[in-house]
Amino acid sequence: MPNGLFSEIASLTLEHLELVVVAMLIAAAIAIPTGIFLTRRAGMRGWVLGFANVLQTIPSLALFGFLIPVPLIGGIGRRTAIVALVLYALLPVLRNTMVGILGVDGAVRESAVAMGMTGRQVLWEVELPLAMRTILAGVRVATVTTIGTATIAAAIGGGGLGVFIFRGISTVDTAQILAGAIPAAAIALAADEGLGWLERKLSPV
Amino acid sequence: MSAVVEFRGIAYSVPRDEGHFAILEDLSFTVEAGETLVLLGRSGSGKTTALKMVNRLIAPTAGEVLVEGTPTALWDPIRLRRRIGYVIQETGLFPHFTVAENIGLVPRLEGWPADRIRARVDELLAQLDLAPGEFAGRYPRELSGGQRQRVGVARALAADPPVLLFDEPFGALDPVTRLEVQRQFVALRKRLSKTAIFVTHDVREALMLATRIGLMRAGRLETLTTPQEFLQARSAEARAFLACLDWKLENDRESDAQRPVQ
Repeated sequence: MPNGLFSEIASLTLEHLELVVVAMLIAAAIAIPTGIFLTRRAGMRGWVLGFANVLQTIPSLALFGFLIPVPLIGGIGRRTAIVALVLYALLPVLRNTMVGILGVDGAVRESAVAMGMTGRQVLWEVELPLAMRTILAGVRVATVTTIGTATIAAAIGGGGLGVFIFRGISTVDTAQILAGAIPAAAIALAADEGLGWLERKLSPV
Repeated sequence: MSAVVEFRGIAYSVPRDEGHFAILEDLSFTVEAGETLVLLGRSGSGKTTALKMVNRLIAPTAGEVLVEGTPTALWDPIRLRRRIGYVIQETGLFPHFTVAENIGLVPRLEGWPADRIRARVDELLAQLDLAPGEFAGRYPRELSGGQRQRVGVARALAADPPVLLFDEPFGALDPVTRLEVQRQFVALRKRLSKTAIFVTHDVREALMLATRIGLMRAGRLETLTTPQEFLQARSAEARAFLACLDWKLENDRESDAQRPVQ
């Protein structure tokens, strides 16, 4: 294989990683606090989860397309792609944050309160550590999905490994498609392994 | 003697089917310093609800609970709870904390220095016959049921609170272990002279541990007596509980008749 292809694989892989990492950081920053908040507001749970569910059902190519005409966050390019990826990643993280915290043994939570822990202490010292494994599992699932979905970013000029794939499809060039698909699959596997390891490492019990 | 805890006209109800369902009604009694008041009653008699009003896990719908002379509504709940030890059947030990971290929790929240916490933890473990060297570093899942309960008691005692609340703490233990832990409880109480409220449905446990027994039925306090008086009590509910003690004897006497156990 020519050197040019290698360096293009390297640079597009980096671009791809950047899309995924930025999108996941934003998604986690939104979904984890929202999930925590919803554990305190049972009445709003259905609405927010329903909204996140609907986002998830929009076909990804369509979602990228829908965002192009939207002012501020839309247009052609990376920013729009990241917005779409964030919207996709919200649900798994949000749901797992809620499930993880609500799943903490009621007797443990009651004891924490009865010992005179403040609300903040109960959250940081009891609920979050005990929910950590479930929350990270949500982050892992969302990350692996995002790595795949990020290949579609190329359709709206967002770059990443999808550039190879779309180019390969339009020129009927299998080698090009593989040049995009194989690194994307490899990243997904590595992310799954790495985050799985972190999950076990940080799991307190 | 002075009242450490006082219930004044407590009522508690929850909304149900367009009305209100009363869980507690007109509950008034005092707990004197150093005594162990046992609230005895069937499931659903309201004894646990009453207990949780002392550390304000539940707020009454009417009336007030006074702790050390001040209504709980006027206490800062955090300060109130740190002065009240709390032991429950499920232990509620933090699974991600070691035994030492569990016991040292309230002292740490209270800002004790680390070496004082460590000394206190070792002292409590020793008092409860758990070798500090062996148990301090273990996690709750690595303990037997009886050991977990003892750690739960140690955690409640850690910051030396003047009041202790127990909600059927030994209910899930096998009978032999339960008796061991109950004996330990009696010995410990003699040494520490704490004020305690203890909820149970086990009449044998009530007689063994109580300085006074409050018999609860359907959200009301039926009688409040010493264990000796309770043995002579004539009310139907008291007889029903005492029948649990006699059942074996009566069964021997009337071996032909199958007496219902209430």
